[in-house]
Amino acid sequence: MPVVEDYVARIEGTCGDEKGAVVTFKYDKKDEAIARISKKATLKSSIAGIITEFVFQDISFRVFSSGKAIFKGVKNREALNEILSDLLL
Amino acid sequence: MYENAREKIARFVNAKDSAEIIFVRGTTEAINLVAYSWGLRNLKSGDEVLVSLMEHHSNIVPWEILSKINGFTIKYAKVNSDGTLNYEDFESKFSRKTKIACLSHVSNVSGVINDAKRIARVAHDHGALMLVDGAQSVPHIPVDVQDLDADFLAFSGHKMLGPTGIGVLYGKKELLEQMAPFQGGGEMIKEVSFSQEKAQCSISWNALPWKFEAGTPNICGGIALMEAVKYLERIGMAEVLKHEKALTEYAVKRMRECRKVTLYGSSDLSLKCGIVPFNVEGLSSHDVALFCDNYGIMIRSGFHCAQPLHQVFKLQSSARASFYIYNTREEIDRFVEVLKEIERA
Repeated sequence: MPVVEDYVARIEGTCGDEKGAVVTFKYDKKDEAIARISKKATLKSSIAGIITEFVFQDISFRVFSSGKAIFKGVKNREALNEILSDLLL
Repeated sequence: MYENAREKIARFVNAKDSAEIIFVRGTTEAINLVAYSWGLRNLKSGDEVLVSLMEHHSNIVPWEILSKINGFTIKYAKVNSDGTLNYEDFESKFSRKTKIACLSHVSNVSGVINDAKRIARVAHDHGALMLVDGAQSVPHIPVDVQDLDADFLAFSGHKMLGPTGIGVLYGKKELLEQMAPFQGGGEMIKEVSFSQEKAQCSISWNALPWKFEAGTPNICGGIALMEAVKYLERIGMAEVLKHEKALTEYAVKRMRECRKVTLYGSSDLSLKCGIVPFNVEGLSSHDVALFCDNYGIMIRSGFHCAQPLHQVFKLQSSARASFYIYNTREEIDRFVEVLKEIERA
């Protein structure tokens, strides 16, 4: 059965008022992860084809074509894991 | 070879004696060593430690933790809105209660070079010690501990072409001699003898510098740091600084072409070495960092472990471009192209 860890290599906290998390997808799974996110989340905007902003469950996040995503305003790591689970699985 | 490394590094910072060079994990451990080995026994209620608001958290937090144990006061010296040290405020905060002053030689956020020698002189006039955080200076500018007259200087290997997990605490020999060990274990003892009669161990400490190096040393790290130092010496630290200043000047000039980019810190480039803090209108510093990452350009984002300085700048976070000997003007051109692409998007 697929799990979030199949797609996510690392989650790091950010500092500053944009307190959130940077999610790094596994290199060989990044395209699949981004495709899955695109199907489930609502596209808000796209910047130069590099940054794509989505909304999912009232959470706004940005996905970078390099295979990273910034989630802001997520309550805690458990909540982030739930969102990732809903988006990726 | 490990002891050769110590000799080499001692000469690199012009220490009088290689026994004044203590190998540690990095700047953070070096400052903690001073806080616990010297501070724990010498700071008490009524004493004051003087720190600037531009310090990295590693030169704030150890003193804050210790102050909760020993009850001394920490006084914070102001930083001007352009990121330069407010020398008048720093100097006015010295008193006979001041036992140690702690200052970054170069700010890791703004790149401002502080006149640590001036502050050391004032500290000594007040009977206080001077600790210099050299994490951002030793890799980038010529540093002479005898000229600075710093009592302690801390720096890290990984910021000067060496590996992670190795760094140095320089300390004046007479001070290190008086200080108790930081950690206990092998290497740092001369003798541990058990008395059957007292059912106790009596322990005597090893000589300097090994008194402060408990456990198996990071031999590979020390030797690798020596090789990094040899490499830097072949180039010459004055040349390193010259190159960084030229790149910084060029980067500032080019980044000013970007209408949505705000640069922070002093506009007097003679006071700075290779760091340019900035933000891009409408984007968080993390977004900017990840955008640049897409083009293979690595910059830092966030607080840079210096939250109080960001409060001075009234910023929630910043992006930071930084340069070293391996960077080129062409890379700056590419970086500015990427910034302009962010602006256009």
